[in-house]
Amino acid sequence: MNADKPLLEVDNLHVSFPIRSGLLQRTKAEIRAVSGATFTVNKGEAFGLVGESGCGKTTVARAVLKLVDPSAGTIRYDGQDIANLRGPSLETFRGKVQAVFQDPFSSLNPRMTAGHIIGEPIRVHGLKPNSEVKSEVARLLDICGLPARFAGLYPHEMSGGQRQRIGIARALAMNPELIVCDEAVSALDVSIQAQIINLLEELRVELGLTYLFIGHDLSVVRHICDRVAVMYLGRMFETADSDTLFADPAHPYTRALIDAVPNPDPDAESNRVVDPLPGEVPSPTNPPSGCVFHPRCPSVSSMCRQEEPVLKNVAPAHAAACWNVGNQTRRHSEPIPETNSAGVSP
Amino acid sequence: MTLLRVEQLAIDVERDGHRYRLVHDASFELDRGETLAIVGESGSGKSLTALAIMGLLGEGLSLMQGQILFEGRDLAKASPREMNDLRGNDVAMIFQEPMTSLNPVRSIQSQLVEGMRLKLGLSKAAAAARALELLNEVGISDPERRLKQYPHQLSGGMRQRVMIAIAVSCEPKVILADEPTTALDVTIQAQILALTARLCRDHGVGLVLITHNLGIVARYAQNVAVMYGGRVIERATARDLYRTPSHPYTRGLLESVPRLDLPRDIPLQPIPGAPPDPMEHVPGCRFNPRCARASDRCRAEIPVMQNIGEHSVACWHPELPAAQKRDAVG
Repeated sequence: MNADKPLLEVDNLHVSFPIRSGLLQRTKAEIRAVSGATFTVNKGEAFGLVGESGCGKTTVARAVLKLVDPSAGTIRYDGQDIANLRGPSLETFRGKVQAVFQDPFSSLNPRMTAGHIIGEPIRVHGLKPNSEVKSEVARLLDICGLPARFAGLYPHEMSGGQRQRIGIARALAMNPELIVCDEAVSALDVSIQAQIINLLEELRVELGLTYLFIGHDLSVVRHICDRVAVMYLGRMFETADSDTLFADPAHPYTRALIDAVPNPDPDAESNRVVDPLPGEVPSPTNPPSGCVFHPRCPSVSSMCRQEEPVLKNVAPAHAAACWNVGNQTRRHSEPIPETNSAGVSP
Repeated sequence: MTLLRVEQLAIDVERDGHRYRLVHDASFELDRGETLAIVGESGSGKSLTALAIMGLLGEGLSLMQGQILFEGRDLAKASPREMNDLRGNDVAMIFQEPMTSLNPVRSIQSQLVEGMRLKLGLSKAAAAARALELLNEVGISDPERRLKQYPHQLSGGMRQRVMIAIAVSCEPKVILADEPTTALDVTIQAQILALTARLCRDHGVGLVLITHNLGIVARYAQNVAVMYGGRVIERATARDLYRTPSHPYTRGLLESVPRLDLPRDIPLQPIPGAPPDPMEHVPGCRFNPRCARASDRCRAEIPVMQNIGEHSVACWHPELPAAQKRDAVG
């Protein structure tokens, strides 16, 4: 981790969408989908963004892919602000940064064969002479674990796992550096999900890829990612390396998320007192005052209702946006609150 | 008497003049106050089995054989009218997608009171009062206002709470919950499952929890039936199943999920291949093309359910629990 060069630097990113209504479609209000996301992704690293629906993780991904424009803040790829990319440099960027989407049903054109889907970017960008496209498609299918005959099949002739392999092969066709995986394994059955996770991990090592991995399944994100950021209502609440984040979360929301995941171990689960986090994620059009998490937070203080906390380091390479973060990390030595008695002894 | 006992259930679908068997010989039972999980991936037949119990199999689907004994009475033989009386009253269902299973053009109140008016014969006023109580019980704040609202005005979590309120409104003895939290965020999932488990425990309701999530099974179920390719391939208590999975598929499932409670770098062991198309014919054990232990017998003969220790397992080469292996050696 020492001399890693950041491949992607996201600095204080804000993205808003206008809500228009009325005859003239005037902007009546705006939804702040992302309000201040800051992180860097080093070359060769897998960086995870987790959070519940509406937390802004997909909007961050879309901004990184330059599919939506930031309303404030910058995104630098390989040192260059992507907002300024034009012409050939934009084209290069579009090739270097690829995406794998959640739903392999809707992200592949149903009227194109797999060979056509994977071969199209190669042809359009002139990466190979036409005579070599076929063999290049076969090579890409092979590294994604599919036989060459799949080039002749249509998406509906394949299973979900096979379709996702086609989606990955298409992304690899451009010889990318960064792959944005937006819920790339979420729609798959358990036994297939593991195959695709392993494939993504192998490809990362073999091809030296960097991943920005968006997910809602904490155990999947932890497994794949070296570092993780937790988002809530457009804010980044906590960021740390995976081992630290999951073993010693500083933010009460991160802790609640982890606690909400049942582990496949009936003995341990029967001894666990689960106190689900109350309430729901508030509307982004009308966020709560102060810390946006305060209405649901088990350790809320008066400060939390007034002022929004900023992301600050609690340890080297471990940051959290919480006013009570000192108390949280020392939580084991504190008296146990009466509502959650005997809950935490593992 | 066992509350619900399903014996040798078989469900067929008719498509283009052909008959395909989607569920074969499914058997399991459920006691009062117990939670039974039916685990399986897409196409395993778990949802169809639930629909058959409810008498809600859709067009082209038919129950070909088997018994569904509810308090000793065979629902498979009940007339549509008898089933209509039973549904809601005795057996209720919670569906996965509360947006599509609630009626979008009727208020929450009208959907909540319908069952109570019809099945319990409550007066309009009594049903309305009970509806308010139910919304309180399932943890919906400001219930007076919510009763007058429509499904689209509620969040996903709240819609699922309404579904649960409808399911318990007529005090059923069995609730079938088909992936009740799959569409929900993890903190809301925890709320909904804790609520469902508490209501079932308090009212002595038997819960059949259909899910693909092995963590949820571990937290909420006492007993588990694992389905694969339309068959129940293993049955055991949750503890036994996780400690000593007998069927290679069950073991494969457990080894293919990443876990928060184990070190991060443990590699996943995926099951090779993909589940069979429900309409595809696989001779012998339907898992054999993906199974490392498959033999000629597995490719020819369908394994029968046998008891191994506390498990029932349909496999010609089951893994023996460690204790039994020791016995076999000594």
